[in-house]
Amino acid sequence: MKARVHVMLKDGVLDPQGEAVRHALGAMGFDGVNGVRQGKVIELDLADGTTEANVNEMCEKLLSNMVIESYTVEMS
Amino acid sequence: MHAAVVVFPGSNCDRDLAVAFETAGAKVSMVWHKDTKLPDGVDIVGVPGGFSFGDYLRCGAIAANSPICNEVKVHADRGGYAIGICNGFQVLAETGVLPGALLRNAGLKYICKTVGLNVVTSQCVYTEGYSAGGVIDIPIAHHDGNYFADDETIARLQGEDRVAFTYTDNPNGAKSDIAGILSANKRVLGMMPHPERAADPGHGGTDGQALFRALSGILTPA
Repeated sequence: MKARVHVMLKDGVLDPQGEAVRHALGAMGFDGVNGVRQGKVIELDLADGTTEANVNEMCEKLLSNMVIESYTVEMS
Repeated sequence: MHAAVVVFPGSNCDRDLAVAFETAGAKVSMVWHKDTKLPDGVDIVGVPGGFSFGDYLRCGAIAANSPICNEVKVHADRGGYAIGICNGFQVLAETGVLPGALLRNAGLKYICKTVGLNVVTSQCVYTEGYSAGGVIDIPIAHHDGNYFADDETIARLQGEDRVAFTYTDNPNGAKSDIAGILSANKRVLGMMPHPERAADPGHGGTDGQALFRALSGILTPA
């Protein structure tokens, strides 16, 4: 089984990389991009029986920093 | 004073920090990240700068979960002294020993230069060799030094006199210009600038010396 973890900076935390991407898109002529937030995707290949609760614990202890980031988990 | 300097794969200021402690009169033990115990009688733990674990995932995140960091946490929790510099500050923030987090510099660039720091408080062992309100020149060298914490945490740090240093000219977007903060008991300091790189006339500046000198006389085992 697999899990896909999305980690994003929380709202209210400035994302300078997203801002730089937004500026670049505007400079390239792509109009109408009001904001860009850049996050990361982490794919986990898991032993059978690993629960979503286990993955949540991995997220809170290592994969995301709860001071600045939030995460979502997709199990498949 | 017996100081332990933690070494991770990718640390690169560990020996500079050891020399600064030694010059201030300390006995220094180097401690590897896989060690599960700090040496007996350690008064202060130094978490050095560098790029622990290649800055993978987040700066300091993997180091913060290494075996020795559990011990550093136990040491700090029972009232032991610890100083985290640059990557070491990132590690201590990731462990939760210090509040907040270090984000990518607002200008996105790695910055390596000497900056002015306001000494905000002299009411802790690390800064008592300085005058509160004074300015010292200390080098920075980081890509992720943009201090962030929620407004409530910033207000608490300021209200409890736990901001040790602020930048005179904010280079990285850090909230409230914060360059270094203290734990609630003021025995743990985390700072992005490198006092160990301004601790010898050969460095081109000696404003970091007072920090290490102040430590030497007064530490007793926790």
